[in-house]
Amino acid sequence: MVLPALPRRYHAASIWALYALGLVPAVWTFYLGATGQLIGNPVKIFEHLLGIWALRFLILTLAIAPLRDLAGINWVRYRRALGLLAFWYVAMHFLTYMVLDKRLAFDVIVEDITKRWFITIGMAALVMLIPLALTSNSWSIRRLGTGWGKLHRLIYAVAAAGALHFCLAVKVVGPEQLIYAGLVAVLIGWRLVRHRFMQRRRARRLAEVGS
Amino acid sequence: MPPYRPIAIPGSEITPESVYFRRRELLRLGAAGGLALAAPSFAFGATELAARPGGYDPDEQVTPEADATSYNNFYEFGTGKADPAAHSGEFQPRPWTLTVDGLAGKPAEFDLDQLLAFELEERIYRMRCVEGWSMVIPWIGFPLAALLDRVEPLGSARYVAFETVVRPEEMPGQRGVFQPLPWPYVEGLRLDEALSPLTILSLGMYGKTLPNQNGAPVRLVVPWKYGFKGIKSIVRITLTEDQPVTTWNRSAPSEYGFYANVNPEVDHPRWSQATENRIGGGGFFGSNDRPTLMFNGYGDEVADLYAGMDLKANF
Repeated sequence: MVLPALPRRYHAASIWALYALGLVPAVWTFYLGATGQLIGNPVKIFEHLLGIWALRFLILTLAIAPLRDLAGINWVRYRRALGLLAFWYVAMHFLTYMVLDKRLAFDVIVEDITKRWFITIGMAALVMLIPLALTSNSWSIRRLGTGWGKLHRLIYAVAAAGALHFCLAVKVVGPEQLIYAGLVAVLIGWRLVRHRFMQRRRARRLAEVGS
Repeated sequence: MPPYRPIAIPGSEITPESVYFRRRELLRLGAAGGLALAAPSFAFGATELAARPGGYDPDEQVTPEADATSYNNFYEFGTGKADPAAHSGEFQPRPWTLTVDGLAGKPAEFDLDQLLAFELEERIYRMRCVEGWSMVIPWIGFPLAALLDRVEPLGSARYVAFETVVRPEEMPGQRGVFQPLPWPYVEGLRLDEALSPLTILSLGMYGKTLPNQNGAPVRLVVPWKYGFKGIKSIVRITLTEDQPVTTWNRSAPSEYGFYANVNPEVDHPRWSQATENRIGGGGFFGSNDRPTLMFNGYGDEVADLYAGMDLKANF
């Protein structure tokens, strides 16, 4: 599969466009909520929107590598932006929970995090994302060398925790939760079989060339 | 000569019946200066419904109708809060038959006009959802006891079971591969709870018949219990000897009990019940948190029903 390649001079601009576009759901919904245009429970609507977009960006981040492996589309240049958008959405999700939802009642927040499993798991995901966000720069990649790759495998745990958090937060696990959890499972599962799959494919291609 | 074609009138220009019936009043209002036409209707098929004041008013700000009719749990129409308002347009609450049977001397069927013939009262009740949010809603209805009196419960009757309609063709949440709950939705009360003067069958809210998303045409309101006890679109009420199965209790027994009395001291396993978020327009800062009251503030009326009972075990 071959896509028309984006000319190199637009690469940087396209990444900045992705950051801007990625923040649109949060900004727009915040605007609606702040101006009283979200009917019902505006805080929860905003909080849940941030959470679901965090999960979406985590899934997109994890999809970059298989997309290159299987479809030959190299969008690795967008992966840092997607990962950082996921981090910002998780951070905003937590901030909304803390400030707008719980109104900085720290005793309640601490009780939630320590007593309620799905919140503990969500909190763990946020904590794990922090070192990843802090090292999402070229300097850190050079500095940490092979350690950088090892550190960033934490993203699998973050995505799994995010999907679990979503499933445990609802009263009834339905198709929406299963789709997100399924996507995360497939994307993590791909990493487990990737090495063997790529080796076989290489061997097959070598054989084809040889014959 | 071309055939006469009547001019098409767009639906948006048709005067709603509720406005038509109030035309003189509206003219008076208009003449008085403030030409504010009827507020936009948020409800499918709701029409004006008169009722006398029922004497219940918590003296708290009533939840805006727009919130109460668009933020709902009614899984028959979908699990999202906006689903019931968005996906209940196909539902036909008329004609309707409510069957009252079981351990009754005179089991009976009631159609909607017979239900509307009961003496209707407006009662403003707090509504506390098990999820931690609450509203204040002006219901129109009549005590369930009045209905049960008509069928003459037998001495052996100790519980009352309720059942919601099953109509997959009109209720999108009841069709498809994924069903969030087994249907029909069923609920139950102890007979003495059902006979409490606070327990009502509701046929309307905000001065109108119930919108589909709020449980048209007839629903239960038990203000001292979590909202899920307030079963909607009821087709059957059965007097029983044994405690009836209830939907959420069967689905997650550790999270939802049979009694489901509002109790700030018994947490849901996944969240605290000590406080509640009062839904009410005005964006991020329009709603507010407040402490949840024991029995949702109706302890004076109902606490005696549970004298000597361990409310932590019987949550």
